[in-house]
Amino acid sequence: MSTKSKSIESKTDFNQDERLKKVSNLKILLNRPELGALGGAILVFIFFGIVAGDTGMFSAYGILNFLDVSANLGIIAIAAAMLMIGGEFDLSIGSMIGFAGICIAIPAIYWGWPLWMSIIFAFSMAVLVGYFNGILVVRTGLPSFIVTLAMLFILRGATLAITRLITGRTQVPGLRVLIENDPIAWIFATDSFKWVFTWLGSMNLIALRTDGTPLATGIPPSVIWFIALAILTTWILMKTRYGNWIFASGGDKNGANNVGVPVGRVKISLFIGTAVAATIFATIQVLDAGSADTMRGTLKELEAIAAAVVGGCLLTGGYGSAIGAAFGAIIFGTVSMGIFYTDVDTDWFKVFLGAMMLIAVIFNNFIRRKVTESK
Amino acid sequence: MSDYLVQFNNISKFFGKVIALKDVTMKLRKGEIMCLLGDNGAGKSTLIKTLAGVHKPDEGEIIFEGEKIVFDSPKDALDIGIATVYQDLALVPLMSVTRNFFMGREPLKGPPFLKTFDIEKANKIAAERMGQIGIDVRDPSQAVGTMSGGERQCLAISRAIYFGAKVLVLDEPTSALGVHQASVVLKYIVKAASQGLAVILITHNVHHAYPVGNSFTVLNRGKSLGTYEKKDISREKLLSMMAGGEELDKLEVELKEMNRVSS
Repeated sequence: MSTKSKSIESKTDFNQDERLKKVSNLKILLNRPELGALGGAILVFIFFGIVAGDTGMFSAYGILNFLDVSANLGIIAIAAAMLMIGGEFDLSIGSMIGFAGICIAIPAIYWGWPLWMSIIFAFSMAVLVGYFNGILVVRTGLPSFIVTLAMLFILRGATLAITRLITGRTQVPGLRVLIENDPIAWIFATDSFKWVFTWLGSMNLIALRTDGTPLATGIPPSVIWFIALAILTTWILMKTRYGNWIFASGGDKNGANNVGVPVGRVKISLFIGTAVAATIFATIQVLDAGSADTMRGTLKELEAIAAAVVGGCLLTGGYGSAIGAAFGAIIFGTVSMGIFYTDVDTDWFKVFLGAMMLIAVIFNNFIRRKVTESK
Repeated sequence: MSDYLVQFNNISKFFGKVIALKDVTMKLRKGEIMCLLGDNGAGKSTLIKTLAGVHKPDEGEIIFEGEKIVFDSPKDALDIGIATVYQDLALVPLMSVTRNFFMGREPLKGPPFLKTFDIEKANKIAAERMGQIGIDVRDPSQAVGTMSGGERQCLAISRAIYFGAKVLVLDEPTSALGVHQASVVLKYIVKAASQGLAVILITHNVHHAYPVGNSFTVLNRGKSLGTYEKKDISREKLLSMMAGGEELDKLEVELKEMNRVSS
C-alpha cells in the first residue's frame, strides 16, 4: 500500500467530519492511562524541590540515588503492568527476586560455575517459573491471585531451604571478585556514561571526593535497564500485534479467543516476563551488593503492583500503560529517598504509598467510566 | 452437486445422557437469510457452537460448497468462511474501534522480525468499512465502549465480512437493542445477504426475523420442527410454533373451562 494515500486519508476523512468535536491535545492527554502518574511525578518533584531543594537531594549524587531506587522498582513494575493489562496478577515477583539471587550465587560460589553461566541459569529458571505460573493459570482457569500467592510461598520457602541446605546460612557472599572479566556480568554491573561525570567533575560542576574523582561515577545499570524496558514495552503495547493481543486478552478473554488471539500463549509469555524482570532486578542487586540474600525482594511484588496501579493499570485488565508504571515507580522511588532529606519521619513513607494508591484507584475508576460511557 | 452453499444434515449433539440436538437439518444458498427460531432452551446455543466448530456434531454431516467437512476447532470454521458473531460480539469496550476491528488479525508493516501493527492502514480500513454501512465512526481511535449497541453489532458483523465470511452466523443480533437500533442492524443484515453472503440469523424474536428472512427453521427442545419458505408460513403460525403452540392452545381451553365453571 502506498504511504502517501494513507496519510492523506487520515488527515482528510476524520478531521472534516462535522460531528467530530475539535478535541484539544489536552483532552487526548486526559484520556491516556499514564496521565495521573505523570502528574503525580511532577507534583512530587515540585514538592521536594521546595522542601528539600537545598539539601543535596538534587545534586548529581542525590538524583542518581533516587533514580536507582526508582529504576529497580520500575523494572518489575513495568513487567507487572504488562501482566495486569493482560488481565492477570503475579504475586510471586518478590520471591522470584530472592530465588533468582541464589540461583546466581550458589552455582557461582559453591559449584564453581563461571558467573555468566550462573546468570544464564538464573534466567532459565525464571522462564521455567514464569511458564509454570502461566500454564497453571491458563489451564486451570483459577485466579492468578491464588496461583501466584502459592508460588510466593513455594519460591520463598524453597529459596531458604535450598540455601541453608547447601551453604548452612541464608546469605551467600563473595560474588564481587567474580564480576571482573566476566563476559556477561558487566551488562548488569557497569555504570554508564562515566566520561560525562568525569568531565562534569573536572569542570567542578558536581561534587568530588577528596581524591578528585566525582562522587557520582556514572549512570547505574538499573537506570539503563529501566529506560530500555520502558521504551521496549511501550513500543510493544502501542505498535505491535502482540501489544494488541495483550490488551485484547486482558479486556475480554473469551472475545479475544473467538477472533483468533492466542490468549493462553499471550498470558504465559507475560508471566515469563514478570519472572524475567524479577531476575534482572535480582542480578543487578546481587552483583551490586556482591552477595545474595534469601529474603531479598520481600514485598516487592506489592510495590510493583502499586506502581502499576498508580500508573493507570486497571485491576480488571485490558487497560493501562507501561510508561505509566514507570512514572509510578519514579514517584515511589523519589518519595522513599526524598523523605530522608526532609524533616518527616521515614515511617510515614508507607502511609504515603497507601494513600497514593487509593487516590490512583479512584482516579482510574473515574477515567475508565469516562472512556467507556456512551456518548 | 447442489446449489446450496452450505448444508447441515441431520446434526445431532449429545452431552452425556442429554440430547441437546437431534436431527437438525438446514440448507442455505448464497444470498439467503435463514432464521433459526426457538425459545430458551431450544438448543440454539448448542447449534451455534456446532456451526462455529466449538462442538463436533455426534451425528450428521456438514457440507460446504459441495464438500463434506469436519471442524476440529473454531479456527477451521473461520478459515473456510463460516464466521460466527456471538452475543458478546467479541468486542473489548476499552479498546479502540480499530484495535477491535483487527483484533487477532492485525495488518503488519515493516521488515521481517520487526513487523509492527500498521495502525494508519487499520484506521483507514475500519473507518471506511464502518462508513459503508452508514455508521460514521467519528474517530476510529475512540473506544468501542462509546458506541451504541447497534453500532457495536454492526461493527462485529462488518468485521466478520471484511475477514472473508461466506456464511454469517448471527446469535441474537437484535435482542439487546431498541426498535430503531434493531432495524438498523436488520437492514445491514439484508444488505450483507444481497452481496452474496448466506446468513443464519438466530433469534427468538419473530417480529425481527419475519421481515428479513427467506426461510425459517423452528427449533424446539433440540429438534427441528421443520424449515419453511416465507411464502408457506405466516408470522402468526411461526409465533405459535415457537411458543409450543399446542400447549398454549390447551391452556386457553382450560382457562375457558375454568371461567365457565366459576361463572
